[in-house]
Amino acid sequence: MLSRAAANLYWMARYMERAEATARLITMGQRMAILPGAHHRDEWRSVVKVTGCEDHFPPEAIVKESDIVAYLLLDLDNPSSVRSCLSRARANGKSIRTALTQDMWEALNEGWRKLDSYDVADARQQLPALIDWIKTRAMTFRGAADAGQLRNEGHDFLRIGGSIERAQMTLRLLDVKYYVLLPETEVVGGTRDHYQWTSVLHALSGSRAYHHVYGGAYTPWQITDFLMLNTLFPRSVAYCYRQIAYRLARLAESHNGLKPCHETIAQMVGSLDGINSGEIFRIGLHKSVVVGLGMTNRLAAEIAEAYHFD
Amino acid sequence: MSFNEMLESDGSVRECYSQVQQWVESTGIAGLNRRLEEAEAIFRRIGITFAVYGEGGDPERLIPFDLLPRIFTAREWRTLDRGIRQRARALNAFLHDVYHRGEIIRAGIIPGDIVYRNDAYKLEMVGFTPPGRVYSHIVGIDIVRTGPASFEVLEDNCRTPSGVSYMLENREIMTRMFPDLFAQGLVAPVDDYPDQLLATLRDVAPPACKGEPVVVVLTPGSLNSAYYEHSFLADLMGVELVEPADLFVDEGRVWMKTTYGPKIVDVIYRRIDDDYLDPLTFRPDSMLGIPGIFNVYRNGGVTLCSAPGAGIADDKAVYIYVPDMIRFYLNEKPILANIPTWQCGKADERAYVLDNLHELVAKEVHGSGGYGMLIGPQSTKSEVEAYANRIRANPDQFIAQPTLDLSTVPTLGPASVVERHADFRPFCLVGKQIRLVPGGLTRVALTEGSLVVNSSQGGGVKDSWVLQD
Repeated sequence: MLSRAAANLYWMARYMERAEATARLITMGQRMAILPGAHHRDEWRSVVKVTGCEDHFPPEAIVKESDIVAYLLLDLDNPSSVRSCLSRARANGKSIRTALTQDMWEALNEGWRKLDSYDVADARQQLPALIDWIKTRAMTFRGAADAGQLRNEGHDFLRIGGSIERAQMTLRLLDVKYYVLLPETEVVGGTRDHYQWTSVLHALSGSRAYHHVYGGAYTPWQITDFLMLNTLFPRSVAYCYRQIAYRLARLAESHNGLKPCHETIAQMVGSLDGINSGEIFRIGLHKSVVVGLGMTNRLAAEIAEAYHFD
Repeated sequence: MSFNEMLESDGSVRECYSQVQQWVESTGIAGLNRRLEEAEAIFRRIGITFAVYGEGGDPERLIPFDLLPRIFTAREWRTLDRGIRQRARALNAFLHDVYHRGEIIRAGIIPGDIVYRNDAYKLEMVGFTPPGRVYSHIVGIDIVRTGPASFEVLEDNCRTPSGVSYMLENREIMTRMFPDLFAQGLVAPVDDYPDQLLATLRDVAPPACKGEPVVVVLTPGSLNSAYYEHSFLADLMGVELVEPADLFVDEGRVWMKTTYGPKIVDVIYRRIDDDYLDPLTFRPDSMLGIPGIFNVYRNGGVTLCSAPGAGIADDKAVYIYVPDMIRFYLNEKPILANIPTWQCGKADERAYVLDNLHELVAKEVHGSGGYGMLIGPQSTKSEVEAYANRIRANPDQFIAQPTLDLSTVPTLGPASVVERHADFRPFCLVGKQIRLVPGGLTRVALTEGSLVVNSSQGGGVKDSWVLQD
């Protein structure tokens, strides 16, 4: 297929995934900010760090919910805002309309202008409903692709884009704990620490699944194990890597063999095989996250190169 | 009185419309209006929209569709078919001539100035002969009817005429919703147009092409008003829809970027203007073009359809001479008449125009889309006077024509069948042979009495039937 079509499918999935992830992050920020004593600690700053938009918020500024809603949800000048993501995903879809099913197109097309009519005050007032709406858009889109799209290379590119974005967002969420410092009066493993960890799980809709796998107790080690290494949880880093590896293997079969991206993904899958979360903590969770983000970025660049995206 | 295509002057229904008449009676106006809503829902679902430049409002609105078909008898079509093909041949012969020896100008039939000093004339094309000597591969000829046997050509479109997707979709909707109307096989099919278009494009593969030609449709992008049509045609031909950024020039060929690496392209059906094709040859400020593509074209590495510079044949100043072209190049008598046209550049004709402007339609020679035009009978005295002054200041830039009494076709109104003015655009394909599907696009003015059928000004479309013997 045309490289532009492949790139558009790939980016369309990334934007939809990013829109959903950003919505989830806002929920998480809200959860953390309502913890007792939170207003002294600048909890929203963690969301800023995770989304990499520190340029927009100088270090001395106190970040408030209204700033986050304005910038991450509504601001069209921020390419990662939910509104930007939804409109870019639709633009991608429109320019390769013939590569989409009717249902996929409708999922992108429906309500893409909804956020145009919101100002910050409206959006804050209806935040839970808006967040749900955004998640539903992303899920409808994925469902339409899952149920109707031909399993050709286009589907592989779409799924690769979605998985890369999702792996990155899980990595970034894990990093939140690095940025949200515990108050001096609190101890690791204390109530506050516990709530912060569970907020991360909630943001990924993983708390029920976590219980099924680990029983009741929340520990940072097990939560990290779950989000990084569990191969059954579809938002875990390991699951996403394996999905990418599977899709890239399919592409290797149809597109003259292995490229550098195939070696990179094999390394990435291997790096999570046979380790446990204890080792991740020994290396340092933050460091592991930084390495993971670096690898996914490198992989993304190699895929773009291998299949002539630019 | 306008010619009514459905009813005789005594009110009886013409033979060719008898089936439609029965259908209208048995379904009822209310029933038809309900089905119309269904049809519109289908159009919207498929995503057939029409963007209008610079009008604001919904950039992706639906073009109104009328359920009642416009009908031509087999006999009427035989004349139209011959006339359209004849015109398409003459226009291509003219294009070859003006980019070579210019015989028609040497013979004193067409003044050299209106050709050589025209912006649509591309010096870069001089001396070059495209494959098959074809310049305009898709010729859209706008035809109006003014009487039982009077068909006249309003204008020619030799560059990239649009609207064929409506011809196909309108028929598709009608056969899907009213299969009974087509069950007897009386209506000539049009659905092989995409195959014929592909065959035409393959006919004109460049000399460098070995084996099966790779054809693509080139669109400026999804913001273009005809983007839906571009993607529709690419889809139905089973070829790639590319944007300029998907193509590049290397080693004397044009390549498209695919996930498998670069792939050679042989024939480009381009839906992009000459000026934006190649920044190295035409407009250096163009962000759209493919640098170097024109050079590849001239060296036989790729075929551009239509050829750059084909627009000189559909210029309004040149239009006047099409009947002369038919006589000159084909040695035939023109089958379809032109509309009488006065050139304001000629003193005696200008005098007539200025005396009668309130009854005429005056146009700028290089204008299009209904801009910069005066409809005398529908203008105020001061508007007419102001326009007359413009003509006096720049007489060469204006032509005038009589206000035409366009025929009317039956159209579905809220409470009854009403008469509305319409025109007709068939799409003639020119490759190694000339192909013409029996049909075209009928555009209809939806406002009572209106003569303006442009979709940008509230016009609608309807299915056009050619009956078979």
